[in-house]
Amino acid sequence: MTTNSLTTSQGAGRAGDKVFSGATLAAGCLILVVLFGVALFLVVQAIPALVASPADIQGGQGFFPYIWPIVVGTLIAAAIALVIATPIAIGVALFISHYAPRKLASSLGYVVDLLAAIPSVVYGAWGAAFLSQQISPAYNWLAANMGWLPIFQGPASATGKTILTAGIVLSVMVLPIITSLSREIFLQTPKLHEEAALALGATRWEMIKMAVIPFGRPGIVSAVMLGLGRALGETMAVALVLSSGALTASLIQSGNQTIAAEIALNFPEASGIKVNTLIAAGLVLFVITLGVNMIARWIITRHKEFSGAN
Amino acid sequence: MSKRIDVKDLNVYYGNFLAVEGVNINIEAKSVTAFIGPSGCGKSTFLRTLNRMHEVLPGARVEGEVLLDGDNLYGHGVDPVTVRTQVGMVFQRPNPFPTMSIRDNVLAGVKLNNKKITKGAADALVEKSLRGANLWNEVKDRLEKPGSGLSGGQQQRLCIARAIAVEPQVILMDEPCSALDPISTLAVEDLINELKDEYTVVIVTHNMQQAARVSDKTAFFNIAGTGKPGKLIEFADTTTIFNNPSQKATEDYVSGRFG
Repeated sequence: MTTNSLTTSQGAGRAGDKVFSGATLAAGCLILVVLFGVALFLVVQAIPALVASPADIQGGQGFFPYIWPIVVGTLIAAAIALVIATPIAIGVALFISHYAPRKLASSLGYVVDLLAAIPSVVYGAWGAAFLSQQISPAYNWLAANMGWLPIFQGPASATGKTILTAGIVLSVMVLPIITSLSREIFLQTPKLHEEAALALGATRWEMIKMAVIPFGRPGIVSAVMLGLGRALGETMAVALVLSSGALTASLIQSGNQTIAAEIALNFPEASGIKVNTLIAAGLVLFVITLGVNMIARWIITRHKEFSGAN
Repeated sequence: MSKRIDVKDLNVYYGNFLAVEGVNINIEAKSVTAFIGPSGCGKSTFLRTLNRMHEVLPGARVEGEVLLDGDNLYGHGVDPVTVRTQVGMVFQRPNPFPTMSIRDNVLAGVKLNNKKITKGAADALVEKSLRGANLWNEVKDRLEKPGSGLSGGQQQRLCIARAIAVEPQVILMDEPCSALDPISTLAVEDLINELKDEYTVVIVTHNMQQAARVSDKTAFFNIAGTGKPGKLIEFADTTTIFNNPSQKATEDYVSGRFG
């Protein structure tokens, strides 16, 4: 009887392989377990607030009337932050990757990364103590000249502690995230595509429109979504800057509130059903973030055929 | 609508390093000129100076003159963007824009510089360019599909269609077949033969049979050693270069004794 000599294995390398694949599998599972655990905790703790009688919830009208103004407030603050930060971030990223001389580009990139390292409470203090005062004359001007627009309706807040100020502070905070990611994506544009555009007689800006931005589009969407995640969840800066209140259309009056700041400001003194209400608010924020990320994925995969990955 | 190229005493530098030295060459309109030579001899670098694409590389610069029908490409106030609309280029690896459809790839150069084109004219131009690149029959039913879905040879012909859509005077090709299989190579070579009826074609190739098959004239570049500048050794009719070269180095190279 012959034995197949190929079946005798040396074994030594295989053990390492198994350990490694086991470790990566465990790491992958751990993420899912943590995510599932958080979701489960939020749901279980939120149920009492969702089923409680309306009179027991803060405001006395039930959970939904309580939550929707701060959902809208959260979305407004995040939208302001992205509207301001996205064009600036993409501009800075393009400048660093394609326009700036090499020395300036690396130091500028370093400064942008440094912005991300500043703690949010510092941004909050800066927004509350400095920016809001500096910006309030501008709000007065807006109220006087653009007041016919509901979003700039007067009278403007005298302290400047408005949702618009909070949005501006948030935009400074998400700027480095979007810039860094976009810059990395833009730097990865294949030389081949850039040269193809240039050889056709494209100017530098046309080359960027033709080769760099289409190539980086999925990356830009991801970067903006990460920024949005931070803007939605940011607590400290908003809690310090915003003088909160009821939902108002005007961005330059005090009022509005975000979910994260609402939780942070009320949680320490909450008890009983109030705790459940705040956790339910957290669940809503979790769902919003999840939804936003799924929409982002969908946007990215929609044009997969043209992504250059094939 | 094709122009001749005359190069006078051209030196190419990367920073302080002299990469190509003292090239003088006269390229006739409506002809195919092949550049051959060992790797690193500067033939691709030199090719890029014919439409100022070398400027993409940091530190690259030239001394001397390149005349396109008498107009100096490096004259004062000449915009490289204008130069490149006159002198098109096809690269070593096919590089259609992956985010664009086949149709948009062909029109990419035409839509530059804010030029507007009606849909009818665009359709006609797409068909004319793709027919000019011998690709129309293969892609006419899938013009809206991404260009990156084509085979390598088809992609390269798409790049040629894109280059001729802007109606340049000269087409430069930097080893256009080196990433292609023999059948695709044959298709591109046939195309080069047709292109010379309308365009001045300059092609860099490592394949001496290819140079012999497609070109009217051949230029042999060589390098004395590592760190030395590349030089134009001999420029003559292709038959002369391959059968009766005047330089010993050329004869050694084309007969396969080195390189």
